[in-house]
Amino acid sequence: MNETYDLRIGESHIEVHKFHTGTILVSLLIAVVLQSFLPVYISKAGILDLPLLITIYFGLSRRNPSTGLLLGTVTGLLQDSLSKTALGLYGISKTIIGYLASSIGARLDTEHPAARFALTAAFFVLHQGIVLLIRKLLLAEPQAWFTKGLLVACLVNATLGVFLYYLLDRFRKS
Amino acid sequence: MAGLPSRHRSLFLLIGVVLLQVLLLAVQIKRDSQGRLIRVWTVSAVSPVERSGAWGVGKIRDAWRHYFALSDTARQNEQLKRENGELKLEVMQLQGKSAEADRLAALLNFKQKQNKVPMVVARVIGSSADPNSNVIYIDQGVRDGIRKNMGVITPEGVVGKVMESFRDASQVLLVTDHDSGVGAMIADSRIQSPVGGMGEPLLSMKYVGNDDEVAVGSRVVTSGMDRIFPKDLPVGTITQVKPGSQYKQIRVKPSANLEKLEEVIVLLTTDPVVLKPEPVPQSDSSSAAPSKAPGKAAPQSTSTANAAKPSDKRP
Repeated sequence: MNETYDLRIGESHIEVHKFHTGTILVSLLIAVVLQSFLPVYISKAGILDLPLLITIYFGLSRRNPSTGLLLGTVTGLLQDSLSKTALGLYGISKTIIGYLASSIGARLDTEHPAARFALTAAFFVLHQGIVLLIRKLLLAEPQAWFTKGLLVACLVNATLGVFLYYLLDRFRKS
Repeated sequence: MAGLPSRHRSLFLLIGVVLLQVLLLAVQIKRDSQGRLIRVWTVSAVSPVERSGAWGVGKIRDAWRHYFALSDTARQNEQLKRENGELKLEVMQLQGKSAEADRLAALLNFKQKQNKVPMVVARVIGSSADPNSNVIYIDQGVRDGIRKNMGVITPEGVVGKVMESFRDASQVLLVTDHDSGVGAMIADSRIQSPVGGMGEPLLSMKYVGNDDEVAVGSRVVTSGMDRIFPKDLPVGTITQVKPGSQYKQIRVKPSANLEKLEEVIVLLTTDPVVLKPEPVPQSDSSSAAPSKAPGKAAPQSTSTANAAKPSDKRP
């Protein structure tokens, strides 16, 4: 766990990153706490989804689908626990995002900021789509599909993600 | 799972984890439960951190507001001071208007009571340029029926008489002036004597003999003998009595507040009129001891010559 190694797919070499001990856990907890804490003081912070950004980042970096989906599960369930939604709503959606991020990370180079921006935006929209689907199909809660607010949130989260990922890159083991 | 390729292993894991959570959702919906135990753990773990964060944020915010973000505070302070000044001014204006309304209501009440006596309410618009003469100007004149020697009063008492009447204004000589005089008598004893001004706030009752008993606090009212003021109109209250060489030296405090006159009533007649009596304060009526019957007219007649010589009859 303390080394950087290469994942060989075909002829390409995708680097798998390791992090200092506790980095993932601490980042995850900080993200969950901030997610429930920030909107109290900054109402606009409600459009951020920090746990999702953490899930995407570590999924893309670790490039291990099993680890990614489990990280997504834990993150989502923690987020569910701190909200009034049924447990599993964000759990399922972040599990899927964690899995997909890890799978894509294993196939693409996701170090470039533009790629990170695009991937984060896409995962954000997908995440919201899964949440909406669960709400409609499993919880029978009527929800609007895609709105202007979602587009704004998508862009804001993707932009923040680029800077957050850059910050989290500092905790990588070289 | 052990026999599956690693790619498929993670896919199965995904399906398994998602299915488990779907089941969790289904159980919650079926039992109407909200997975209380997990929530309790999470909230218990997170809430101390949030509490600390809230405390820290509060401290930082307080420090920012109280020590750093003071430029806005200074501007707000200036604005509040300005608003406070404006409000004070507004309150003063409103208090003035309220007092004015009270005075006008008293005048109106008086006028309605004395509805058989022709009178007009006038506003004081100026005073004498000479500090030694006690004169005021009012905003009613000949056009309003005001003529020379008409009596000027307030509901509290005598003010003076019209000296000059112009088209839209009149000059009023206050009773406190040296040249002013009013036919008066002590209310309880009915001792008659003119009351004149001395150029100071107090009046002088001039011709009460040393043998007459006069008590401090006795009310002085008009006698009606000057043919300017109706009988029994308050003139003032006796504040000082001293024996003199021939007559007592009696000082009278005017009933009307001559220092703060704003509205007055002009009696639009120089003929004798009778006013309905105003309520008398209890303290004044009990202090005087009657000592002499009415009719001591000799000194009074001399003074009224000075006080009232009606020369201008109302048309």
